[in-house]
Amino acid sequence: MLAQTRPVQARRRLPWLIAAMGVLVLVTLLSIMVGSKHIPLLEVLRLLGSAESGEDAAIVNGMRLSRTLFGLAVGVSLGLAGALMQGLTRNPLADPGLLGVGAGAALGVVLTTSVFGVTALFGYIWFAFAGAMAATVVVYVLGSLGRGGANPAKLALAGAAVSALLQSVISMILLLDSATLDDYRFWAVGSLNVPDSSTLLQVLPFLVLGVVLAAVSAPGLNILALGDDVARALGQNVLAMRLLGAVAITLLAGGATAVCGPIAFLGLVVPHIARMLTGPDQRWVLAYSAVLAPTLLLAADVLGRVIADRSEVHVGIVVAFLGAPFFIALVRRRKLPEL
Amino acid sequence: MAVLTYRIGARGPSGEIRPRVLAVCVALAVVAFAAFCVELTVGDYPIDVVDAARALFWYGDPTAVEIVYDLRLPRALVGLFAGLAFGMAGALFQTMARNPLASPEIIGVTEGANTAAVAGIVLGFGGTLSASSLALFGGLVSAVAVYLLAWRQGTTGYRIVLVGIGVAALFTSTTNYLLQRADLFQAQRAVVWLTGSLNLREWRHVAPVAVAVLVLVPLALLMSRWLSALTLGDDTARGLGVPVQKARLGLMLSGVGLVAFATAAAGPVAFVSLVAPQIALRLARRPTPPLLTSALTGAVIVLVGDLMARPFGLPVGIVTGAVGAPYLLWLLARANRVGA
Repeated sequence: MLAQTRPVQARRRLPWLIAAMGVLVLVTLLSIMVGSKHIPLLEVLRLLGSAESGEDAAIVNGMRLSRTLFGLAVGVSLGLAGALMQGLTRNPLADPGLLGVGAGAALGVVLTTSVFGVTALFGYIWFAFAGAMAATVVVYVLGSLGRGGANPAKLALAGAAVSALLQSVISMILLLDSATLDDYRFWAVGSLNVPDSSTLLQVLPFLVLGVVLAAVSAPGLNILALGDDVARALGQNVLAMRLLGAVAITLLAGGATAVCGPIAFLGLVVPHIARMLTGPDQRWVLAYSAVLAPTLLLAADVLGRVIADRSEVHVGIVVAFLGAPFFIALVRRRKLPEL
Repeated sequence: MAVLTYRIGARGPSGEIRPRVLAVCVALAVVAFAAFCVELTVGDYPIDVVDAARALFWYGDPTAVEIVYDLRLPRALVGLFAGLAFGMAGALFQTMARNPLASPEIIGVTEGANTAAVAGIVLGFGGTLSASSLALFGGLVSAVAVYLLAWRQGTTGYRIVLVGIGVAALFTSTTNYLLQRADLFQAQRAVVWLTGSLNLREWRHVAPVAVAVLVLVPLALLMSRWLSALTLGDDTARGLGVPVQKARLGLMLSGVGLVAFATAAAGPVAFVSLVAPQIALRLARRPTPPLLTSALTGAVIVLVGDLMARPFGLPVGIVTGAVGAPYLLWLLARANRVGA
């Protein structure tokens, strides 16, 4: 059965990817149109990039556009980071948020605002990166100790434990420093509504570098999927590949988390959907993830704006409520598939 | 070391008593009682340890008796019972999941309690319902949700833990959302609650957790024989005549009940249920955490931690967090060799 469906799947990969891109464009436009003031499509298209002044133009070119661009950049980053993480660790439960990246970045942010008094993004992004990187490494090392190397359940548990640990340090700092608490709680909710839109330009180089590294490491992931021993026998430098992947994950997930706060489950769900559509080829999984993740993120953001009257439900919580059931359904499968 | 066995009646329950475990339990109980008495001496009115211990039994200065009973005893008792409950529940979860990292902080019970309590503080609903009753409700609801979601022709320890991680992440993001919606004053109150504190405890906080401990601890001890069979794996346990699903449900319910009531009384005091069983099993030199020893270790940790935190005006959770976090790191490095 499977052998028959695969070629069909392979032939449809490109058309499906183009269709997914079409959906992404639609969601992007929707994200600019919808909000507490609805602006019709034609009006949006006319106002986009125009130098007109006026309320609608300010909404479109000011708030909505920057928010949508944040969604696109963060979505692509988190989707790729999740796909890379799942491919590298052959772990279907891998997610940057669940494996400690979010908590590591959060500690970096809290430490900089509290201890060093830095609130400008360019100040704390380095610490968020450092925190994200340290947390990723610690979780991975801890999860692979002992018999059988890194298995999905051990990694998930190590991620949860490290996150709990970091969270406790964070709440200790927040308790003693209410000014930091006031900054932190607006970051920690996970929102695309970032007050200073110039921050996007500041993280963009890191995200772009991350995307490039992800693209470079994609072909190697297919060989790595055969197992470390086979990959080594085929002449791959497994350690170098893991390192490259880890740097890419940290740049992507760390950068995205630094600007928008922790958004869990997006990096977990999207690669699974991508794999269902394309089959196991990692190059296609990465490509699909990069398109599907921003689609889902922007759709969640629009949903969050629509369901709450006047205020908004932040995208972090919308994605969590969409993603958690997916995660639980995965766990309930009789045998966790090793990738 | 020698193992003493006993049997009550001809066909009654039997068991074993290990002298080392017994000695450790007695020692821990003495330390816990000492810390409990020192806890009663802290405050504006000077009462020394001996007077505090005498006042406990209604001897000595009537003013001291009154102060001890009205003001200081509730705090000390909440610390004692919450510590016992956290320690015991940690031992139950860790043994059931066969992984030393499985603690209520990690598998969703605590997060459910947190979200409910923070919702109460921030949204101000519930009126007469305090943060603690909401926490109790939230903890129990999330535990039931985790159990039901992990159910698929029975459950396994690991599936409960993994579903718990998913549910915990959901609650954490909800808590963050609520913190963001609050004003700064409410957010600060919520963060104090989230750290775990024994400040301003009254008799009404003591009663529920005391009843929970007095009912659930003996119940869990009765089921401990099933627990040790479960550590051999579900199939072996079934072969030994253990009703696996019933046993797991009963053990989980008592663990969840203990955590929920303790969290309601003292807030989620960080890492006690994670650390206490691991200290206990090393003290007792047993392969799995012994239940009663873990409970007593938990009580010692909470009471001593509170004594250390009080001079600085900090909640107890800060101390247990600061001590527990490095320990957790070390434990993590070793843990996976034992588990899975």
